[in-house]
Amino acid sequence: MTDVTAQPKRSLWSRWTSSSPVVVAALAMLLGLFIGAIVIMTTTPVVLDAWRGLFHGWGGPGHALKVSFDNVGAAYRDMFTGSIFDPPAFWHSVTTGHDWTNALTPISETLTYATPLIIASIGVGLAFQTGIFNIGANGQAILGGILGASAGSLLHMPTIIHIPVTLAAGILGGVIAGSVPGLLKAFTGAHEVIVTLMFNYVVVGMLYLSLFSTALQLPGQSNDISRTMDPSAQLAPLFGVSSGLRVNYGLFVAAAVVVFAWWFLERSSLGFEFRITGANPNAARASGINARAVVILLFLISGGLAGLAGVVQAAGTTHFIDGGFLIGNAGIGFTAITVALLGRNRPMGIVWASLLFAALGVGGRAMQASTGIPLDLATIIQSAVVLFVATPVLVKEIFRLKAAPTAQIQLATKGWSS
Amino acid sequence: MRLELRGVTKRFGGFTANDQISLTVEPGQIHCLLGENGAGKSTLMNVLFGLLHPDDGEILIDGEPVKFSNSGEAVRRGIGMVHQHFMLVPVFTVAENVVLGFEPTKSFDRLDHQRANEEILQTSRAFNLEVDPNAVVETLPIGLQQRVEILKALNHDAELLILDEPTAVLTPQEIDALMEIMRSLAKAGKSILFITHKLKEVKAVSDVITIIRQGRVVGTADPSATESELASMMVGRDVNLTVDKSPYAPGNDVMEIRDLVVRDNRGVAAVNGVSLTVKAGEILMLAGIQGNGQTELVEAIVGMRPVESGSITLNGRDITHASPRQALDAGIGHIPEDRQRDGLVLSMSVADNLVLNTPRNAPFARRGSRNLGAVRENAERLVKDFDIRTTSVFESAGSLSGGNQQKVIVARELSRPLSILIASQPTRGLDVGSIEYVHAQMVRNRNEGNGALIVSSELDEVLALGDRIAVMHAGKISGIVEPTTSREAIGLLMTGSTEAMAHD
Repeated sequence: MTDVTAQPKRSLWSRWTSSSPVVVAALAMLLGLFIGAIVIMTTTPVVLDAWRGLFHGWGGPGHALKVSFDNVGAAYRDMFTGSIFDPPAFWHSVTTGHDWTNALTPISETLTYATPLIIASIGVGLAFQTGIFNIGANGQAILGGILGASAGSLLHMPTIIHIPVTLAAGILGGVIAGSVPGLLKAFTGAHEVIVTLMFNYVVVGMLYLSLFSTALQLPGQSNDISRTMDPSAQLAPLFGVSSGLRVNYGLFVAAAVVVFAWWFLERSSLGFEFRITGANPNAARASGINARAVVILLFLISGGLAGLAGVVQAAGTTHFIDGGFLIGNAGIGFTAITVALLGRNRPMGIVWASLLFAALGVGGRAMQASTGIPLDLATIIQSAVVLFVATPVLVKEIFRLKAAPTAQIQLATKGWSS
Repeated sequence: MRLELRGVTKRFGGFTANDQISLTVEPGQIHCLLGENGAGKSTLMNVLFGLLHPDDGEILIDGEPVKFSNSGEAVRRGIGMVHQHFMLVPVFTVAENVVLGFEPTKSFDRLDHQRANEEILQTSRAFNLEVDPNAVVETLPIGLQQRVEILKALNHDAELLILDEPTAVLTPQEIDALMEIMRSLAKAGKSILFITHKLKEVKAVSDVITIIRQGRVVGTADPSATESELASMMVGRDVNLTVDKSPYAPGNDVMEIRDLVVRDNRGVAAVNGVSLTVKAGEILMLAGIQGNGQTELVEAIVGMRPVESGSITLNGRDITHASPRQALDAGIGHIPEDRQRDGLVLSMSVADNLVLNTPRNAPFARRGSRNLGAVRENAERLVKDFDIRTTSVFESAGSLSGGNQQKVIVARELSRPLSILIASQPTRGLDVGSIEYVHAQMVRNRNEGNGALIVSSELDEVLALGDRIAVMHAGKISGIVEPTTSREAIGLLMTGSTEAMAHD
């Protein structure tokens, strides 16, 4: 019966505020910052001392509050100026025409970090939209980096050919890494989460093997570090090497990927079939969509994008790969899973989510340098934002937005199966 | 128990699901609540059972106003509910299910099986509800499972039973048995609130009929009212209950099924040697109790289930091992049994759902790129032609009523060039207006010279639509009969008895 779930008519404003994911994301950001503020207040010694002073008669609650606000304010100010721009420095450059490097470094760094993240997240988001969990994006990106760095350092050709060849090698690496779980799932029904997750470790092994191989290892080195990619294979800084700004032509690659992903999902027949498969695999089957072909193609595309992210990272930022390439905190393929979820798997949503994550990471480092508050705070804020985005009901309740009727809350998840 | 509702109103935001509903159920009375899907019957029952809280009005039990904040309180005041979808634990025995939540225990909190069994036997004898207390529920036929639900309510000392669309899943014989049980319960002084949209049953069993439409009581009727009187009150306009068909003029054989064997998910031969022929310009109805292989047969035809042996040919072409894509392209239209699971993507727009199985066909795509203009034009045309009620073709399919969701599927399938239409339970859960419409479309398709194989467990539908009727039992065709055959004879074939053929 439809009675219970019948949609009541509501005003445009309340419908917009209660349904728009943008509003929820913005409020989630606000809540994330609020949680970060609590963490700062409860972990920063100066602030704790100020509160402790209440019991020792050193100062009133007004003083303690002031110290708290000062510290939280300073931390967030440093985060902002370290990742977006510093208004006085910016103004100085505008009026004098000098020191542009200083003024633009924060935003340049944020864009540099966001570039491969956008590409990898779009690959993961595409898989999510198809109902497939590609947890192997990091391994696919690493293999892309390995093949891309090899093509970039071992082949020698003019820029106009070398860059496409390098990027293609990266995509190929991702395709290879993605095709293994894709074929396994399509032909044996193996669960993609397990296969992709495990394949990450295989690729890490391949990374070390290749870095110690005579072909790729930097000559005269015993460390796990590769040859430097030819300048003709590098994605050059947008404003030239002399600008000191690291933001590079990879940004255009990311932009092209965003446009492609939008077209693919919204306009292509194959993308439509992918979305049908993701939203309702039973209906997809009844509609004559070949699930096996969808799985294989999805893994080729998603893996290819992750590989592209890997090679863009290598060719645009590091120009070589080493034993720490996309390992641990730098594992953009893992961050991409969170970013894709935060961006609701849609290309533009992923762009904003990537920029947010990059800004929090870059700004967190600046904050750590100037205030001594550890970088982990940025991670806490990132995680809190994702948590709040994942629980829109909670966000709406906190801000007294028209809450969704409980009948509409979907407790059933699709789980791990696709 | 005497139950009275006075001006009960329930709103969801600006939408009024129940508007000032008043009715009285006297002790020992079978009171029927008749209304289409979406009229507000289920909302009212949920209010009554304490699952929803009324915004206005009051509920009185034996003259005393009551307010339930949950279903437990409703149960304690003697209200029992038999849900449309049974709330039973399939792997428990009948006795365990019946006493669940009120278990008689021995020392150390052990379940007292003996006392449980005795309690159940006592109740079932008192009301002629025979069922083995030790049987595991999942092994019982649906009709008996329903008895367990009723037993459960009675065991909790229900004085008023709410039966929510109880006949939807039953065979004609089981429906008769249920009616008998309802009468004997009423005779024993229990009050019964019977919710349905099926007119025959209403007339057969009720003492008083209250008809609701769009959340309001539009009138009461006597069981002596004619079916079309009841139907027009329910729908709000005159309804054509019979299906107008042109004379039966079959053409060539369109589809031929020979000695088909198909296994179900457990590996059992659910279709075990079926041979059928569907001709152009005819509707072949496939009747039978659910679970006798109809689902597997249809899945095999449309390419969704592998064929073990035998053959299927369409216009002389072998399609035994066709994929779903090949089956669709060969000219098979498919209206699946579970429209929300197999037929639609609820989160996608009506327009996208209307091209769900033809996204690559001209004019909807060119060189891998979708032509959204053509998709939209197609949707606007079909929404108009097939009277799909939606505010926009970009509305999600999930926001449509069940009847309109089904119209989306019917429109999609019948707007393609077809050789044969395969439909499973095409009107299940639909309101009278939508049923009328879907039937008319199927007949139109037949009159245009296409074949159709329609699976239905609703005998009314089988008799109204069919040019020929095949009855399926235990994976085999137990008989193929004329639509003039009596309901009883078809009912017997449904249970596998071939005696009925002798009468035919």
